Amino acid sequence: MPMSPRKRAQAFRGVQYGILVLVVAAVAFFADWGTLGNAFFNLEAMSTQFPGIITTALVNTIIYTGLGFALGLAVGLVLALMKLSPVAPYRWIATAYIEFFRGVPALLVFIALGFGVPLAFQIQFDTYSTAAIALGLVGSAYIAETLRAGIQAVPKGQVEAARSLGMSQSRATFTVVIPQAFRIILPPLTNELILLTKDSSLIYLLGLLGTEYELAKFGREGMNATNSMSPILLAGLCYLLITVPLGYLSRYLERRAGRKRDEGLEVTA
Amino acid sequence: MSADTGDAPAASGGPIVEITGLHKAFGMLEVLKGIDVSVERGEVVCIIGPSGSGKSTLLRCVNLLEEPNSGRVVVNGFELTDPDVDIDKARRSIGMVFQAFNLFGHLSVLDNLTVAQRKVLKREQGEAERIARENLEKVGLAEKAGAMPEQLSGGQQQRVAIARALSMQPAVMLFDEPTSALDPELVGDVLGVMRQLAHEGMTMLVVTHEMQFAREVADKVLFMDGGVIVESGPPSKVIADPVEDRTKTFLSRVLNPVHASEVE
Ligand SMILES: Nc1ncnc2c1ncn2[C@@H]1O[C@H](COP(=O)(O)OP(=O)(O)OP(=O)(O)O)[C@@H](O)[C@H]1O
Ligand SMILES: [Mg+2]
Repeated sequence: MPMSPRKRAQAFRGVQYGILVLVVAAVAFFADWGTLGNAFFNLEAMSTQFPGIITTALVNTIIYTGLGFALGLAVGLVLALMKLSPVAPYRWIATAYIEFFRGVPALLVFIALGFGVPLAFQIQFDTYSTAAIALGLVGSAYIAETLRAGIQAVPKGQVEAARSLGMSQSRATFTVVIPQAFRIILPPLTNELILLTKDSSLIYLLGLLGTEYELAKFGREGMNATNSMSPILLAGLCYLLITVPLGYLSRYLERRAGRKRDEGLEVTA
Repeated sequence: MSADTGDAPAASGGPIVEITGLHKAFGMLEVLKGIDVSVERGEVVCIIGPSGSGKSTLLRCVNLLEEPNSGRVVVNGFELTDPDVDIDKARRSIGMVFQAFNLFGHLSVLDNLTVAQRKVLKREQGEAERIARENLEKVGLAEKAGAMPEQLSGGQQQRVAIARALSMQPAVMLFDEPTSALDPELVGDVLGVMRQLAHEGMTMLVVTHEMQFAREVADKVLFMDGGVIVESGPPSKVIADPVEDRTKTFLSRVLNPVHASEVE
């Protein structure tokens, strides 16, 4: 007797639950909970991490990321405007820059800045500058593309209205277009901040002083000191403390922008 | 700093808008094929004609949103077709109202009205606000000063757009189908504001499909078709008693009974 579509759907869902139960049972049976718990959830090892993991590591991660993001925004804005410039060489330079820094691993950028530049030019930046520049270089390439898309998404009528009120092209760009472009790209920009937060972990490469430790490095030192994975898990949780709220913020902004679009009058020039 | 638009070349007497031999093409497409128009101070000129006849293009040439290929456009003493013209300064005396309103979405109604006053005319915040509120009052939206554009109906947005242009105290106002994007019940408010402006003596160049408005308010009607002005004169001639066949065909189509409700 053939099953009705509804019966079939029910049976299929039953199979899915069955597989889930089997996998969970297998993990529960085979995993060595004692060792695992000791490795990851060793409260004693975790407690040794406080308060440094917050007062030093989390704070430093936020500072490195914040500096990098600020620089990335500034450079990204210049690049986006270059990419939209009527002057062709500006467009070429911006395109080359963006392709390069989007294409190479952030790790290479950190190595080049931390070791290559001091070797080649005999100059040594402090850690905060190096971090800001490296993250700024990487971030600006992504931010530039996002900003360019945002600027192009602002309806042409906005510039025409501004120009017809006597504003110059650049005045119209800065007072009318860019503020609205930012409103459009706030959600993707938040995502870029999340990516940059994670990329900030690469700073460990530079060889940090204790006061300069960020979360990843702090966790790793903690791991060595306690012979336990727990500090690493704790550092991971600290990242989530930053990235999860940012993710919610991004989705909230996206929903709000979407609602605005739906409510807005659908008139275009 | 003086409150008026200032430093315009002295333009007393003579037409405020003078267009001669205007040609405009987009690539191979010839859109304006030799246009001559002159508008006297205080005159209301309505431009009518079928879709694609070049009405918007003509209007946009009057504030150089489109660059003419040849011909002369002089507005309020500024020769816009002179390559050395300071276009930003010239535009201060030319207000423009668009079909799509184009209010600045990130600014409140009040800021929409003050931003160019402050940044272009360098007026003090207080003075700019006073002028803005006066103009909001004039369009009947004084209580909406703090609203964001998206909170307003289309008709309200368009009236704010008119108030924004007026706040620059322009010598001439251009309207490109200001009511075409509006629900029928909102058209009347906007036309009412425009009527009042006309009564106050504002020089206006209006592209419109509102024949009743043109008939009542226009001093002169231009009928455009195929990139030329086919017929021009007072509405009692061009709309009520056209001579050219093309004008008759267009009007019979626009005024036919099916669309009668739009005309009233
Ligand atoms: N930027 C542009 N690039 C290319 N072609 C254009 C451009 N703007 C207008 N055109 C063309 O020029 C012609 C005249 O356009 P215009 O907008 O002036 O007509 P219109 O009389 O205002 O029509 P409507 O009543 O539909 O608004 C049309 O064929 C249009 O496709
Ligand atoms: Mg048009």
